[in-house]
Amino acid sequence: MNLDSETKYLFGGTLGILTVASVIGWVLKARITSESGRKVVDNLVSRTNAWWVMAAVFGGALAIGKLAPVFLFSFTSFLALREFITLTPTRRGDHRSLFWAFFVILPLQYWTLAREWYGLFSILIPVYAFLFIPVRNAIAGDTEHFLERTAKIQWGLMIAVHSVSHAPALVTLLEIPGYTGNAKLLFFLVFVAQISDVLQYVWGKLCGRHPIAPKLSPNKTIEGFVGGSLSAIAAGTALWWATPFTPLQAAGMSAVIVLMGFFGGLVMSAIKRDRGVKDYGETIPGHGGVLDRIDSLCFAAPVFFHCVRYWFTN
Amino acid sequence: MIARIIASLARFLTGARAHWHGCLPEAKLRVYFANHTSNLDLVLLWASLPPELRRNTRPVGAQDYWSSGIRAFLSLRVFRAVLIERKQVTKSNNPLRPMLAALEGGESLIIFPEGTRNPNGEVNEFRAGLFHLAKARPDVEFVPVFIDNLNRVLPKGEFLPVPILCSVRFGTPLKFADSETKPQFLTRAREAMLALRPQ
Repeated sequence: MNLDSETKYLFGGTLGILTVASVIGWVLKARITSESGRKVVDNLVSRTNAWWVMAAVFGGALAIGKLAPVFLFSFTSFLALREFITLTPTRRGDHRSLFWAFFVILPLQYWTLAREWYGLFSILIPVYAFLFIPVRNAIAGDTEHFLERTAKIQWGLMIAVHSVSHAPALVTLLEIPGYTGNAKLLFFLVFVAQISDVLQYVWGKLCGRHPIAPKLSPNKTIEGFVGGSLSAIAAGTALWWATPFTPLQAAGMSAVIVLMGFFGGLVMSAIKRDRGVKDYGETIPGHGGVLDRIDSLCFAAPVFFHCVRYWFTN
Repeated sequence: MIARIIASLARFLTGARAHWHGCLPEAKLRVYFANHTSNLDLVLLWASLPPELRRNTRPVGAQDYWSSGIRAFLSLRVFRAVLIERKQVTKSNNPLRPMLAALEGGESLIIFPEGTRNPNGEVNEFRAGLFHLAKARPDVEFVPVFIDNLNRVLPKGEFLPVPILCSVRFGTPLKFADSETKPQFLTRAREAMLALRPQ
């Protein structure tokens, strides 16, 4: 691996942010006395620790080369789809369709990335899987709740596989004139989406008063959203030098990521509330499941990918 | 070796975590009794034990199901199952005998007291075996186990598993009380298992 100097700055900056977060966690832990405060701080510390692990894995994948992000995100898709399907009541008649979804469609989608085959990448799930799943379910013969069951599998594939795969697609499928090292573009997407989540959480904790969608998520407040979004857009803008964008374009792209990420969080919360759970899983300590962590990415990745593809490639 | 591969595979598919609610994974002489919805139950429960306990824990299976072909290989060579007769029980093939022999030898057991898989995920009434075992060995800890969601991973009649998150919950050990009748003990055991079921 040979990292360009911009990548090194990005990694160094991430290291700095995580160190600051850990130090804040220690200081708070030493100072806090109340029982409820201790809970919040403990959660903060375990979240930060999990961030170290996630950042190390993600950074490692970016450093290794083109195929490593493809592998990493295919595994992420697998975990996310598993969480989604677990939460969705399926019936015996869905069994074979699910097998295809996990072990044929998912690997095929990421194989198109390795092959750098944009045509199949963009239509495999929206067209072929979309038609295949109901056919397989029909052959299985169980007609009860047929449309509902089929739609749930299609939805899981779209969110957990199709959408998520647009993140590593930034690395393998885009050729931007005058720009090399697309891994930095993937870093930009993931960084802005995640820092936006973090900052909305922080702003919400510090000065959140008015909930945006009290039914869906009592922790999402107008103050948290506005403060978090603006500061995340500022953070994204500050990274313009690592992207093919001018500062103004970087701000616009960050706004797209932040807004789509917010919608993603909202929609995925709605599904959780409908199913009566708080988290999709317990894979990542302090965060919940994988899907809880990447809900914003699910919505931001495809839109960001297509914005870049439309405006910045030939 | 093969057992470890199968166990890792099962854990990969199910992401299963062992939740030790009522006891710790200790090397005591125990009978783990679990609900039964899938052929993978035994694999997953076995895989949920720490490796040093696995070596001394043997699953109990039905002779008629597990004694031929690949199943025989898996049950006898890989998981070292204790096979018992469930169809034509006579004095000479009394299913208690091999189980008691294993306990005598210091080996813990995994049993499925419903006697057969229940594909809809409910828990049937228990068969009498659990009671006779408890009565013969009142010193042994009987640990209720609830395995959640596994019937969706590998339903009865399917041979290809799909990935679904599962959990394995271990409850507080029961011991046989002298005055207990058969229905009393079996009800108590079943309720201890059902209490572990997630909401």
